[in-house]
Amino acid sequence: MTGATLLRRIAPQLLTLAAVIVLVSIYYPAFYQIVYVNDRLVGIPIDVIKRGAPVALLAIGMTLVIATRGIDLSVGAVMAICGASAAWSIDQGYGIGAALGLAGAAGLVCGLWNGVLVAFFGIQPIVATLILMVAGRGIAQLITGGTILTFDSDTFSFLGSGTLLGVPVPTVIWILTGIGFGLLVRRTALGLLVESIGVNLRASTLAGINSRVLLVAVYMGSGFCAALAGVIATADIRGADANNAGLWLELDAILAVVIGGNSLLGGRFSILASLLGAMIIQTINTGILLAGFPSEFNLVIKAVLVIVILVLQSPRIVPYLELLTTRRQRVKAPATKMEAGK
Amino acid sequence: MLLSTRDLTKSFPGTLALDRVSFDLKAGEVHALLGENGAGKSTLIKCLTGAYRRDSGDILFEGEPVFPQSTLEAQAIGIGTVYQEVNLLPNLTVAENLTLGHQPTRFGMIRPRATQALAQEMLAGYGLDIDVRRPLESYSVAVQQIVAIARAVHLSGRVLILDEPTASLDAREVQMLFDVVRDLRVRGLGIIFISHFLDQVFEISDSLTILRNGRHIATHPAADVDRMQLITLMLGRELAEETAVRHRPEVTGTSADAIRFTGVGRRGRIAPFDLTVRKGEVIGMAGLLGSGRTESAEVLFGAVASDSGTVEDASGPVDLRNPRSAIAAGFAFAPEDRKTDGIIAELSVRENIILALQARQGWARPIPQAEQQRMANDYIARLDIRTPDAEKPVGLLSGGNQQKVILARWLATNPRFLILDEPTRGIDVGAHAEILRLIEDVVAQGMSILVISSELEELVAVSHRVIVVRDRQHVSELTGDDVSPDTILRAIAAPHTTLEAAE
Amino acid sequence: MLERLLMASVAVFSLGAGVAGAQTIGFSQIGSESGWRAAETTVTMNEAKERGIDLRFSDAQQRQENQIAALRSFIAQGVDAILVAPVVATGWDSVLEEAAEAEIPVVLLDRMVDSSPDLYLTAVGSDLVHEGRVAGEWLVSAVNGEECRVVELQGTTGSSPAIDRKKGFEEGIAGADNIEIVRSQTGDFTRTRGKEVMESFLQAENGGADICALYAHNDDMAVGAIQAIKEAGLKPGEDILVVSIDAVPDIFQALAAGEANATVELTPNMAGPAFDALEAFFADGTMPEKFIQTESKLYTQADDPAGEYEARKDLGY
Repeated sequence: MTGATLLRRIAPQLLTLAAVIVLVSIYYPAFYQIVYVNDRLVGIPIDVIKRGAPVALLAIGMTLVIATRGIDLSVGAVMAICGASAAWSIDQGYGIGAALGLAGAAGLVCGLWNGVLVAFFGIQPIVATLILMVAGRGIAQLITGGTILTFDSDTFSFLGSGTLLGVPVPTVIWILTGIGFGLLVRRTALGLLVESIGVNLRASTLAGINSRVLLVAVYMGSGFCAALAGVIATADIRGADANNAGLWLELDAILAVVIGGNSLLGGRFSILASLLGAMIIQTINTGILLAGFPSEFNLVIKAVLVIVILVLQSPRIVPYLELLTTRRQRVKAPATKMEAGK
Repeated sequence: MLLSTRDLTKSFPGTLALDRVSFDLKAGEVHALLGENGAGKSTLIKCLTGAYRRDSGDILFEGEPVFPQSTLEAQAIGIGTVYQEVNLLPNLTVAENLTLGHQPTRFGMIRPRATQALAQEMLAGYGLDIDVRRPLESYSVAVQQIVAIARAVHLSGRVLILDEPTASLDAREVQMLFDVVRDLRVRGLGIIFISHFLDQVFEISDSLTILRNGRHIATHPAADVDRMQLITLMLGRELAEETAVRHRPEVTGTSADAIRFTGVGRRGRIAPFDLTVRKGEVIGMAGLLGSGRTESAEVLFGAVASDSGTVEDASGPVDLRNPRSAIAAGFAFAPEDRKTDGIIAELSVRENIILALQARQGWARPIPQAEQQRMANDYIARLDIRTPDAEKPVGLLSGGNQQKVILARWLATNPRFLILDEPTRGIDVGAHAEILRLIEDVVAQGMSILVISSELEELVAVSHRVIVVRDRQHVSELTGDDVSPDTILRAIAAPHTTLEAAE
Repeated sequence: MLERLLMASVAVFSLGAGVAGAQTIGFSQIGSESGWRAAETTVTMNEAKERGIDLRFSDAQQRQENQIAALRSFIAQGVDAILVAPVVATGWDSVLEEAAEAEIPVVLLDRMVDSSPDLYLTAVGSDLVHEGRVAGEWLVSAVNGEECRVVELQGTTGSSPAIDRKKGFEEGIAGADNIEIVRSQTGDFTRTRGKEVMESFLQAENGGADICALYAHNDDMAVGAIQAIKEAGLKPGEDILVVSIDAVPDIFQALAAGEANATVELTPNMAGPAFDALEAFFADGTMPEKFIQTESKLYTQADDPAGEYEARKDLGY
């Protein structure tokens, strides 16, 4: 993808993000203030990119799953399982390395389970992942023993609330994961093969793509992202809450992917656009908290904003919007061509 | 005149799809609309049925100007359409499909009995003996087509447009459909018929109108034109080889570098068969739809794993567990149903072309962008794929060009054995000839090819020998002078023929 | 295991010896959906053990039909009394009538039912409004007339604890004009949301400098918020006072560390008062009040939080 086509792909998400930020700053004018105190950056935008970490991480894996025409409803529960595994490991005194290894392995095993159900047993993804969505919290509760498993490890909680050069660690993690997955799918042929099986599984298999293994790998990728999100959520509150960790986040992750302009019917995908989608959602969430409305309005405001965003991005509305913009562009058409030429 | 267009013009960004086309349809005639893909047939139909809004020109229905804005309005005026892919609802019953939107009701409730009676009445005269209470999908495509026609005739009643109605029918079903069409002609309907099968065009049509590049080229009574003239008009150039029927001698060659299939088959799909594929040989495979020819191809490619027999070549056993191993062994397979099994519609021409090669190389070794561009542009030029550029989604190309993209995908893997299942179905004449020429080219370079086709003349023209499949068995193999449309047809038709009897 | 067997046989033996009072009591618990619920189960079993009661325990796993089946089975076994923590409020009439016909007294724990009060002996529970009031009154005395801007972390929007604890707190601070609730948002009773919402409060209130106290509807949200306060570079318990409700073990650790200031106990010991009422009823037929309110005890840093933590940490919270 060249720079110009990439920009065209993510333009709706960038515009939406800008619009949401403007909207929030109307209610909370100090939105843009970022200060540097106690070796860390402090400000609402920093909160957004920190608080948005779990959904951003889930959205990375979810983007790939959705690109294969699947869906992964289990990521919230997988977060709980992985967070519980990590907390248990710390609690038992196995150290941070073992905790991270165990959490990552748990995420991969959950992904393997989902992937095998989908790819080898042919169960519809929504049903296959629903199983773990329901059972996963039970598994997490077995690990924590039904309580909030608290631990005391400054190294581990650094992952949730520490900073690197003033930037929150969760932010660093999701950005690096995003870049890592982005390079993995675009610098190799994985992205093309994933899109291919998403558009037409049968034809892709006949063209020699190992679709089953690829599907399993994609669900494992989603499980791994959920593990990272689970580790962050657990480290953040210094405890594994099997009941509430990642609760409903699978829906926010799907929403992020959709706001990112990725089709639920599979095919073309953009991880970057999904990450922007996650930031849009988090900006809305944080904005609602800042605006100081009574909490009864939270969900309604969020729903209204999401509807507006999705309607504006819908295929039937876009031509009308383009009509408006092309009129303006005609005046400066030569300039646009120059950019495209680069 | 029943239906006319006067100077109908329609343009899309960058192309003039219809350029002042005038066309007349009489009541009681079957009028074939002919042209290569992209000639403007579909655009003309879509303007007539209100799917597109014309830029200028008139549509006259019985002399009165009409302005259909949607297919529903066109239907109300009297213009009904039936497409290749039946656009009814397969899981509803035949009766519901026929009456949808105008079911007999009482107090707002649908009356099932009256609905069935109405449906039966609508089907009367079509020679169908079916239970209207069963789901539409439980009947063959031919029956579904006729149900769609009955519905269209009932709703519009004056003009019937048949867009590639026979593309997925076998010979007997085509005759069934044509009986219905002839009957409607007698009842005074004007029928516009679009098809790539020239034999069928000559069989059923009274008049022919040829379009090329959006322009009206000629209109003739069908009896006044022959096949050669027609093709010349459609292409705007002479095509010497198209009708040349000839067969080639059997390739004897050494069997050292041959691929030998012994006793391969799959229970319930195709009985075990033997096949030796020699280097540089074209093997034709003939048989009715559902006879087991596609099933044979699937076993040969590993799309359906064989449950018996062995496969060997000069270097030992060949692994055909799945398409991946078949491709690794140098096999390639262009399936019959391009849309569901062939193209990846949303992906670009370039990506579709490199897909099989990339899959064989593995995900970790991506083909560099520059190399992809070079390959795509190379095949676009070599196979004359008509696309604005290599980045266009392949789903937007015409059928013939999609087929060429799939061929390019396989040629890019440089296979030794290429299986083509109905490579020319639903493709316009120009692309048809190019694909046949391509087969000759690659065979000359030593590739072996298996062609499955319903067009016997085409099979005879390209094949060194022909295998006939019937009732899920390979029943005979024709070689040398025995390869002719006539012998093939007899082998297909003859009950209980054995290999000897066919000879 | 052996110990438990011995205990049981002792219980049976003491029954044989004819000690007065209810000896076999059925207990139908909702499930173990929260730490508090698990603690309630543990405490009930401990109380029964201390009193030499043979407790028949049944876990309904959040399903009313399981509870009704358990109650019928208790009636069939001819237990002396039944404790039930009802999962929902309605649909109890017929099974309670069956118990009444068998002359088995029923005591409701923690939650109420919509049936006629005649059908059960008494109900033991806490008063959510009262809990909030205790928290509010503590704050009034703690700030001692100084200006105080309070932020509030509500429970799940629309849930009765969230509504009642908010109402109670407002009643508690009603007379004190120096105290004002400046921000109130839901933290869904969870640590994660408690921390997240507290972070936004801190941002919105001048980095936390304008906040004098935090009132959280449960301890979990308070624990999350305490971390947010620490990360913002402030000292919870000093720069911002923290008062919450429930008295779970983790908040006692915070109290011991000086990071929280007060918590109001929602005691898991509903069974103790219930057993007391039953003993009195069996001894001389004393009819208890229809509602026995448990004590909403206030714990502060002065109440040996470390010791309280030790006493509670194994109750299953």
